Amino acid sequence: NLCTAALLAAVLVCGLTCASTAAAEEAITEEYESISNANEHVQAQDDYARSQKRREITEHDDDQNEPPPSSSSSSSSSSSSSSSPPSKDYFKEELVIRPLSSGDIYASFQFQTRWDTDFFAPGKKVSHYRLFPKSLGQLMSKFSVREMHVSFTQGYWRTMQWGQPFLPAPPGAELWVWFQDSVADVDGAWKELTNVLSGIFCASLNFIDSTNTVEPTASFKPLGVGNVTHQRFLRYAVLPREIVCTENLTPWKKLLPCGSKAGLAVLMKSEKLFHSSFLSLAVHIRPVCQDWGCKGTAWELRQTVNVVFDLHTTGQGKREWSFFKMFSRTLTEACPLATSSKVYIDVTDNPQGELFELNPAAPSLTQAVVLGDRRTYAVYDLMASGTFGLLRSLNVLLRWKTPVDMLRPLLHGERYVAGYGLQTGEIHTLIYNNHPYRAFPVLLLDIVPWYLRLYIHTLTVTSKSRENKPSYIHYQPSKDRLRPHLLEMLIQLPPNSVTEVTVQFERALLKWTEYTPDPNHGFYVGSSVISALVPSVVAMDTSYTLEHPLFSTFFPCKEESSYFVRVYTEPLLVNLPTPDFSMPYNVICLTCTVVAVGYGSLYNLLTRTFQVEEPSPGVVKRLANMIRYLRGVPLL
Amino acid sequence: VLLNVLTCGLFVTEKLRGRYAALSIAAVVIAVGIPLWWKTTETYRAWLPYSHINELGSLQLQLSMEVEVVFSRGTLTPEQQKKVPLTQTREQQHHVDENTGLKYRYEMKYRTATIMEEDALRQPTAEEADFSLYKLSESPCGSVVVYVIPETSVLLPENIKVYVGQRRTALLRGQVGQGGELKAVLSALDPEIEQVVRTMSFSHEDIMAALSDRIRMGRLSKESLADSMRSFKSSPGYEITFSLLNPDPQSHNLHWDIEGAIHTYIQPLLDKLAPVANHSVDSQILYYAVLGVNPRFDNSVSAFTLSADSLAHVINPVEARLGSNAASSNPVLNFLLFVPDAHHSPLFIQDHSKRVVDSNAFHSPRWGGIMVYNVNDRYGQEAEFPVHIDIDMAHVMGVFLAQLRLMLGVQSAHPPPGFLLQSPGSAGLTDWELDRLQWSRTVENVATASTSITSLAQLLDQIGNIVINDNIAQQVYNAVTSLQAAVAELEAGNLAFALQYSREAILASERAFFDPSLLHLLYFPDDQKFAIYIPLFLPMCVPILLSLLKMAGELRQRRKEQRAKRD
Repeated sequence: NLCTAALLAAVLVCGLTCASTAAAEEAITEEYESISNANEHVQAQDDYARSQKRREITEHDDDQNEPPPSSSSSSSSSSSSSSSPPSKDYFKEELVIRPLSSGDIYASFQFQTRWDTDFFAPGKKVSHYRLFPKSLGQLMSKFSVREMHVSFTQGYWRTMQWGQPFLPAPPGAELWVWFQDSVADVDGAWKELTNVLSGIFCASLNFIDSTNTVEPTASFKPLGVGNVTHQRFLRYAVLPREIVCTENLTPWKKLLPCGSKAGLAVLMKSEKLFHSSFLSLAVHIRPVCQDWGCKGTAWELRQTVNVVFDLHTTGQGKREWSFFKMFSRTLTEACPLATSSKVYIDVTDNPQGELFELNPAAPSLTQAVVLGDRRTYAVYDLMASGTFGLLRSLNVLLRWKTPVDMLRPLLHGERYVAGYGLQTGEIHTLIYNNHPYRAFPVLLLDIVPWYLRLYIHTLTVTSKSRENKPSYIHYQPSKDRLRPHLLEMLIQLPPNSVTEVTVQFERALLKWTEYTPDPNHGFYVGSSVISALVPSVVAMDTSYTLEHPLFSTFFPCKEESSYFVRVYTEPLLVNLPTPDFSMPYNVICLTCTVVAVGYGSLYNLLTRTFQVEEPSPGVVKRLANMIRYLRGVPLL
Repeated sequence: VLLNVLTCGLFVTEKLRGRYAALSIAAVVIAVGIPLWWKTTETYRAWLPYSHINELGSLQLQLSMEVEVVFSRGTLTPEQQKKVPLTQTREQQHHVDENTGLKYRYEMKYRTATIMEEDALRQPTAEEADFSLYKLSESPCGSVVVYVIPETSVLLPENIKVYVGQRRTALLRGQVGQGGELKAVLSALDPEIEQVVRTMSFSHEDIMAALSDRIRMGRLSKESLADSMRSFKSSPGYEITFSLLNPDPQSHNLHWDIEGAIHTYIQPLLDKLAPVANHSVDSQILYYAVLGVNPRFDNSVSAFTLSADSLAHVINPVEARLGSNAASSNPVLNFLLFVPDAHHSPLFIQDHSKRVVDSNAFHSPRWGGIMVYNVNDRYGQEAEFPVHIDIDMAHVMGVFLAQLRLMLGVQSAHPPPGFLLQSPGSAGLTDWELDRLQWSRTVENVATASTSITSLAQLLDQIGNIVINDNIAQQVYNAVTSLQAAVAELEAGNLAFALQYSREAILASERAFFDPSLLHLLYFPDDQKFAIYIPLFLPMCVPILLSLLKMAGELRQRRKEQRAKRD
């Protein structure tokens, strides 16, 4: 035990230093008190990991001391087929509907499959699947994946109008993976993994290569339990150009135990889902604690769909929605395999029912603290028999009486390209802190492709027209055709301010085979990622002893006074100098002609024979001579 | 006049200089320009062992096997015994087609039984005798040992002439009291031994079926063709997937102890088959998975039935749910256990003659098997849904195991009358069945690898500007050497080594054939290349050609003048 403790300490120190040395050192010199918040944030995560790990280690010790009960039970069950093995996987489904102040409706589906098993237990191969999809399980085992997050998003989440989403995602496809520390060739595994995933989800993830992959040092920490924190095992890539469509939704639905045959997934009709302002499909796999005491890990597969419907314009200005209007389906049953199946509707703004009315009335209300805000939700439990009523179907209807105002999001970001011409340009990133009196630090992650050559010396950060020195900068320059620029900064945001980050760049000339088929459309630069611990208005719930709705438990939360938020900015579309693509042929032809002409004259000069020739007399002379001849005068 | 002569002389030297210049330019273009252009536009093509590949094109396979015939006491007279031991070699030659030849070589070794073997043969039953003989000595992979026992022996039941054990031994009842020449005895035994060998080891039909890749279909018998089409193609590994389809999770809460069942029933067979291929097993449960056809209610049996004609349409919609294997590219064997929903139970499969199939299962060639498992009799009308049901895995696995044997190519032997085959026991496979499989797999691997290598070589030969990288050349070279080694080992009778080499050959040849660098469209057709070069070539070549023609004309003119002068 002593040994393991020492080892643990060493690993932790290493992890800590790697993750936040620079941040910690800089922070001491800075005077802002809230910088330490950032440290606490990192520390808090590490503390969290540490506590989880310690639990795990004690768990393992226990396992060594006494024979594991699961193996004995499985062996006994194999001998007598009548005793069934204990069910070790759970499925929960949940739908949250939040009316947005802009008149749009935000619907967030979350499906959680939890499997109390260890994929990487030595000597035991996981090969018998029940609720967990086999294809993803095989993938996890083959590539030793510890944590995988993949999202496909169509449209851009408008933070200023819609507030924070439960699960942020950048436009296009995003993939980030933490590998086990046993993986030797992380790049090889990453390459193969992206290819397999592109097959599973029918997406162009196979276009992920070294030119758009980075290893962020601080922005993407593992969200599950575990002890690897070195970014060597992390890969992150974004494909901002990816178009999301039904062919991605169909395989996504196939991963659900009930498919789209029963439960909440019935509502996911593709023609309605894709007729929306924003749609984000995501799959997250991570190790989580098996129980509140965290004895042993379980695998959590969380599938989410976040969709924003613009019902205001399609509903002829009437502010009213129902399941049937949004999804053209109603709910008739819960997925029989689910242990919990609930619909939540955000009714915070409507305590007395003066703003809108719900029909049928909600059987119960609950409160949850999410994204720094205490919200009230009406809950429909699909497992309860009374929910569906006489018609055997649930069609929640909500009708507004008066318009409402929305709480402004405390943190949000924007980005654009400035400058003119096709040689240089400037990337502007604006980060808004709308908190009236609290300053807080944010981590900004920028990934810029190599064909935009950043002039890092022109990097400026200004808040309230004063220079704002980032307390931590990690910059990895690009290599042509090999890797992109990676820029990570810890910036302190003063209260109620706009912080502007600018950096100039030069546009590179590509080789003619490197252009896309439609080069005049422009080249996409993925979203910047802003991660922050935002000070919360209400105390966050950090106890793990209560049953929470799924949508409030994605990011582990350790502090009561703040909550973790990730904001993605818009992707950029940059024009590169584009040649005329018939140019190579033209150049060949022109050069050949010039060479041929030059060569021809030279050849003629060299091979022709030259003779002195009597110049023939001119017309005047000949005429004069003729007259002279007639007159008998000697000729000229 | 002087001026005239001078200009004339100048003219002549000038003309000569022009001619030399034209000639040297032509020489430079030919000597430097063309090789330079050739060199800079050439594609990299690594050297391939074409001559060896051509040799593989005409495959002459020789299969050698050892047959040991052991005479126990009482089957030979003393003077006959004195002449034993001796060896004989028998050969059979078959001409398959113009490119393929087959030769079987049986090395017959005759000897008398040792004392220990005599002891072993004195066991009460054939099974025990077989086991004791196996413990005495283990015969090498691919060989067969035939013990000739006296006709009066009680080891075998009556009417049984030959007993084939679990290993590589057979007991053959000999004729008693035969006097005369040993040769006559042996030749009398010959047809029976040949029958034994054909049952326990390769037969010509098996080998021909294994060669189906190389030879045209018409030459195969229908039955062996069906056999070979049912089983999977030889591959270095197989993924076996068991799926439980539960279309009605609201009524049925199904439990299957698949882990224990695989451990008990499937794993012993796969362990036994380890030398032939690697197998990996997994399982999944699919909910709301339905068959592609709606079963029809049949009043005569008061049950739903699936007719044999509609079975072909069952698989496709299910297959979409099965999911491909993400972790490897080996062929997948699917075994589906379908539990019909409560409203369509019971469900029975009918064969072509409208009779209910006993096993309620069917298989699809080179795909897998489907079994329908009815659970409607497990609960009454008043049962509370969902009903918890445990599936009887012994029954299910019995069916799947039989299907698995078929899929993996373990051919069912058709013993001639008078033969008694020992059942394979817990392993699910006897040693001689494994040998049979190894023989045909080896031949199949050799045939497949040689065809893919020869067709690859042909392709590369035909398309002159595909880049051939060194690693492809290396793979081709590896495949060719392994193939040669496999053929040589077959000739020497080392079955295990031959199989191993043939597996290496097939791996290397497939890797070379499907290498992505060969698919790259990095080459242009010649006509387009020349279209681009024409603006350069045409203006450069025309003056050179014209001046060369002119020079040739002048030369001819001068010759004519000289001849005229001479005349």
